[in-house]
Amino acid sequence: MSDVSYNQSPEAEFGDYVELMKPRVMTLVVFTALVALLVAPGGLHPVVGASAILFIALGAGASGALNMWYDADIDAVMRRTANRPVPAGRVRPDEALAIGIALSGIAVVMLWLATNWVAAGLLAFTIFFYAVIYTMWLKRATPQNIVIGGAAGAFPPMIGWAAVTGGVSLESVLMFALIFMWTPPHFWALALFMRSDYDDAGVPMLTVTHGRPATRRQILVYTLLLFPIAPALALMPVGGPISLALALGLNLWFLRGAWEIWRRDEVIAEADNYAVEKRFFKFSLAYVFVLFAGLLADHLAWGLF
Amino acid sequence: MTIRATHELHSRRFSRNRGVAILLVSFIAVVFGLTVVKVQHVGATQGFDHVLRPEMLAPDGTAVAE
Repeated sequence: MSDVSYNQSPEAEFGDYVELMKPRVMTLVVFTALVALLVAPGGLHPVVGASAILFIALGAGASGALNMWYDADIDAVMRRTANRPVPAGRVRPDEALAIGIALSGIAVVMLWLATNWVAAGLLAFTIFFYAVIYTMWLKRATPQNIVIGGAAGAFPPMIGWAAVTGGVSLESVLMFALIFMWTPPHFWALALFMRSDYDDAGVPMLTVTHGRPATRRQILVYTLLLFPIAPALALMPVGGPISLALALGLNLWFLRGAWEIWRRDEVIAEADNYAVEKRFFKFSLAYVFVLFAGLLADHLAWGLF
Repeated sequence: MTIRATHELHSRRFSRNRGVAILLVSFIAVVFGLTVVKVQHVGATQGFDHVLRPEMLAPDGTAVAE
């Protein structure tokens, strides 16, 4: 008698709602937006800057919640995502939708009040782009889904920059381009070693539609396209010797990894359990973090004199 | 008869309620902090209620109809 009508759907804990915001994706969003905000010319009052970062993160979390609401059917099939709050039944789909919409509104309005309409507009567009254009449309429609979805992840530094300057400039476009070009190699390396997950879910991942050799080739192509961006950013006024040295070093390392991936095939990869692909994926995470940390280091080192 | 045992359901609800409470209080703190900073940086402000504003007067000192 004690467990009446409770077994079918356990109520959510607070942590389940936090998980809805994709906290791990948010670390990249917060870090890149924060660096852009700090290195942008002008500077904000610390309270305003901290609020701006908070609301950018909130907007990213809101779009994560919308993504989890819409993608629950795909997530339920894939091993990597089956335990997310909505497919696992801990959060109801309509709750996820309501939270996503409400937090999007709060984040955009508050960013506008805290900073300016350009930053708020970019944030609104990013949420729309990720939730509607990427999640609802392109993810299920085209194998280029990762390329276009990468744009959503590339906007945060532009938003951070706009929060300070009230506009868009070559530097912030280069920061965008850096993350945009970096996303495809990063995710396709994951798709290579996550094997059949996307096949089962019916998501048109490049590995499914065009095969694995084509994916390996595309990783190399996008790594080559990525190559000039980091050095170009380092040569801008926001950059400096530290950024330039890091950009050149990390680029060579990244290119070597992509080259190795391109030269391997599935037989070799399965023999060592995708060691090279896994290493490349881990390194690609460090790539973005270290490059942005380099910009910050240059700013702190030379900004003082 | 009073039921005293705390069901696992209650600890879930408590976790949720406490989380929301902390969030709301933090949100108030953020808005308050932003308000203080914005007001301090906006510079001298002027109240417009029932007070004669010198800049609204014509050069010869007479009031101008708004």
